[in-house]
Parts: sequence; structure tokens; C-alpha cells
Amino acid sequence: MLPPEPLPGSSYASAFAAALIDPGRETPAVVAGPNGKAVVKRYNVYRNNVTSSLIDALAAIYPAVQRITGVEFFRAMARFHIRATPPTSPLLFEYGRDFPAFIEQYEYAGAMPWLADTARVERAWLDAYHAADAEPLSAQTLRSFPPERLANLVFVVHPATRIVRSRFSVVTIFAANRGEAPVDRIDVSAPEDALITRPDLDVVVRHLPRGGAVFLTDLIAGRPFGEAAASALDASPDFDIASGIAGMIEAGAFTTATLENQDGR
Amino acid sequence: MKAATELAACAAIPLRFPAWPIGGLAGTSFKHEHLVAIRAEHKGRGFFEVHAENYMGAGGPPHRALEALRRDHPLSLHGVCMSIGGERPLDKAHLARLRHLVDRYEPALVSEHLAWSTHGTAYFNDLLPLPYTEATLLRVCDHIDQVQEAIGRPMLLENPSTYVGFRTSTMSETDFIHAVARRSGCGLLLDVNNVFVSAANHGFSALDYLADFPLADVGEIHLAGHAEQSDDEGDLLLIDSHDGPVADAVWKLFEIVISRRGPVPTLVEWDSNIPDWPVLKAEAAAAQAILDRCDSVAEGRHAAA
Repeated sequence: MLPPEPLPGSSYASAFAAALIDPGRETPAVVAGPNGKAVVKRYNVYRNNVTSSLIDALAAIYPAVQRITGVEFFRAMARFHIRATPPTSPLLFEYGRDFPAFIEQYEYAGAMPWLADTARVERAWLDAYHAADAEPLSAQTLRSFPPERLANLVFVVHPATRIVRSRFSVVTIFAANRGEAPVDRIDVSAPEDALITRPDLDVVVRHLPRGGAVFLTDLIAGRPFGEAAASALDASPDFDIASGIAGMIEAGAFTTATLENQDGR
Repeated sequence: MKAATELAACAAIPLRFPAWPIGGLAGTSFKHEHLVAIRAEHKGRGFFEVHAENYMGAGGPPHRALEALRRDHPLSLHGVCMSIGGERPLDKAHLARLRHLVDRYEPALVSEHLAWSTHGTAYFNDLLPLPYTEATLLRVCDHIDQVQEAIGRPMLLENPSTYVGFRTSTMSETDFIHAVARRSGCGLLLDVNNVFVSAANHGFSALDYLADFPLADVGEIHLAGHAEQSDDEGDLLLIDSHDGPVADAVWKLFEIVISRRGPVPTLVEWDSNIPDWPVLKAEAAAAQAILDRCDSVAEGRHAAA
């Protein structure tokens, strides 16, 4: 057991904070109970508040992961993560960005190799939920460009848009576990890429067709439509350009489109 | 530094959103699950309070809900993690976010806690206690100056509920709060449940605490439920849990405060095990009845004079 933090003087906060998420440390010597009362259980109220409220925060961000693992497993896993990586921002909806990577390394989750990607979809879902509001690009606006110039169109991504690529059936797993309905057996082995958008109030998670993630990732990076379609076809010869366009409009993945200059600028 | 009396004037300035002032009104915490029920009702008299940090995202449903609420009701913005009682400089980005929210929603009240929650790079998501010394007093006043400078108006500082004290404290909590209000010009948010919880936990009299508390600077009152645990000696230890109805003893203290201070905006907090809207609304109605009774007593006295 580590010794308690050194006494008072300058930093009450360092002394107080050191043991908050470290169960190996004793109660800080800087605190006192009334009339000489002991402070172990009193200080533990703070320890418990910190740890359980942060576990609750992770559970709120990752409800599907918690449903899959069960509450007890989830809380134990979350407790390890909180101790290793406490939040650095007072905005709790920003917390847990390192949690999927933690899950990937978490020994007891080894039998669920798809769990980390499920968490990645949930993290992206919350980012989309809090993203800035913006009007998505409409089909009408897109149709206003001359068809022969389509290849030169470049797009501005909607603030809510996220893509998560997975070797596992992550969209199916996510969708089945975000609600209360009973879950049938899922074949986890089919690779699924997720497109997460929020065209208005509701976050929508879609399963992208093969080649769709390459196509959209290129467009998000600012490459012109023609190049993005070519790389999608390269990656998946059965990629259907027409349904790729229809899908990105329906999902509201972009806000504006502009024609790139002929010289490529 | 601004005079504390300006706070009362500030609360009375008509708002661009709803135009009524909130003096003497009871309100509740705003929870999204209640929005439909709240909007289905005839516009009530009350006001609502939100935790500022929950609305510091860029957009999406939280802002849509708050805008809908704000169209019909006055709002109180209650910050929970500015870390005013901390040792480190305030987070400039967080100050800017608070200023932005104040500009956007024009709240009737803005408040924060006499506590800290951030140290080093870690955010602890709890309201942690501080020793009461000349050094912490200076720092707290400096932090409040920065907040008031950022939002361009006085803020209210809330008295904490605590489970431990510090060996290094050299003054009482009420002396400390008194000095903070005097030096910084901030108003005070008197959380009556916190007084009750701390009194039980530290073995002092809640009535003595209230007698020493600068009631004239109080611009808002909080009421909430608490839970019971025990300390190392097996004695009662109260937890500021905000997960149930306001205790009878806290209602009694509230009546005493109102009879001395007169009606001030009063908020019922309920942050976990959140009940259906009618239950929370009934708690606010109970507070409103006490505020109204005090008002009519005051009018009666006035008429008799």
C-alpha cells in the first residue's frame, strides 16, 4: 500500500485528488472528521461518487456494450478504464474516446472481438448527436449540376457524419442491442461498415454497401466525385455508383457540393 | 467589483425571451424526459434550471429541447464544473463556453459551486471540498471575478454539502462565504438541503449556520432530497443524493429562511431516480405555496401598517 500523500501546506487538491481513483492509497492526511471522528468512510463517499458517476457516464455512452456484457462485467471493465484514463474534459459527453481501444486490450473481453467496434459505433453515435446543426445537401441541389460535370463535384461533409469500418457485423450487433427487444442469434462474421449521420434531430446508423466506405471516405477527404467513385470500384468491383449517390443524399452525409475547377484546384 | 445589490436589480430586468421576472417563483430541474409533459400544460408560472455543461455541445437535440423550453419559461443556468474552489487557473475554454450559453439563452440566473472538480489534467465529476483559509479565499474571489467578467454579470455561489473538513481551515464556512460575497460582489445560492446535510455530517446546528449566513445576498434557494449512510463510528452520514423528495426537516428550514429573507426564486433539484413530471411539479408547488404564504403575510403586514 502506498503511503498517504504528504501533509497540507500548499496543495490540498493534490493531496485530496491523489487517492480519489486510486484504491491503493490511504485516506489523505489533509482531511479531518468533526470532533476527532475517523474519515475513512467519509472520504470514501467522494471516491464512490467519482468512480460510480464516471462508470454511469460510460454506461450512458455505451448502452449496447453494457447490454452485451451485462451490467456487472461492464462496470468492472469501466472501473479499470476510469482508473487508467480519467476524463480530461468537464464535458462528459466527450469522455470515453479511448474506451474502444481499451476494450480491444481488455483480457476478459477477448472472446468478444467485435465488442470494440460496437463501442466505436456508439461513440460515433454520441458525436453525431451533439454535432453542430446543418442542413444536409438535397437531391434537388445535386440535380442542379450538369450531369457531365458530376465527376468534378467536391462535397463538404455534414458535421454529424461518421464512418466506422469493421471486420464484424457491427451494424447488426449495434442495432440489436440499443433497444430493449430480445436479441436473436447474430452471425458476427460478416464485415459491416457503418455510416452514422444526423440530418435533423435523429441519429441514424446505416449499413454501407461494399465500396461505400471507401467512396464516402474519399469524398469526406475532399476528393472529387470521379476519383472517389473510381477508388470505390477499385476496392469493390460490384460498387453501384447510382445507389452510392442515392444513399449519401438520403443519409444527409454532406451539406454542400461545389464544382472543382477544370485545372483540378 | 460589483455591489451585491446589483444582483437583485439584474434579476428584475425584463428578459428578451419570456418577459416575466422570477422573483418569488418556484422551479425545478429540467429533465428532457419531461419536455413533452411540460409543453402539454398551460404555461406555468415556474422556471427551470439546467446544468450548463449538458448544453455545451455544438448542436443537436439538447439545444432543440432547451430552446423549446426557453420560449415559454425563464431559465436558470447552473454550472457544475467550473472548479471555482480549485487550485489551478480556471479553464479559459470553459469560461468561453459559459459566456456563449449565457448569450444564447439569456438566463435569469447563473450559478456555480463553492467546490472543485478538476485538478491537474483529471476531471473528477464530483463537487470536492476545499479548506477555508485566507489563501483559498483570495483564489475563490479571483475565480469568481473571472467568471463574472466572462459572463458580464454577477453570478450566484452555492454553499456546498461536505463529508469531511480540512485540518488547515482557519475560518468557518459561513465566514468564508460572507467574505467571498463581500469581496467579489457575487450573490449567493443557498442550498438548504446542503446546510441540513453538512450540519448532520459535521455535528453543527443548521439554525446556527443559517443565522450566520448572509441571507441578504441570497438570490436563489435550492431544495433537494438526500440519502442516509453511516460514518466510521456508525453514526448517521447524510449524502447529498438529489434522488428523492425534499425531507420534512428541510422544508421546515426553508420556511424559516423565507420568513426571514422574503420570497426568492426557489428550485427543487432532482437528478437521479427521476420521477414522472407530476411528482416533481408537486414538489415545486409545495415550495411555491410557502413562497406565496410569505408574500401574503408580508402584504398583510403592509396593509396593517
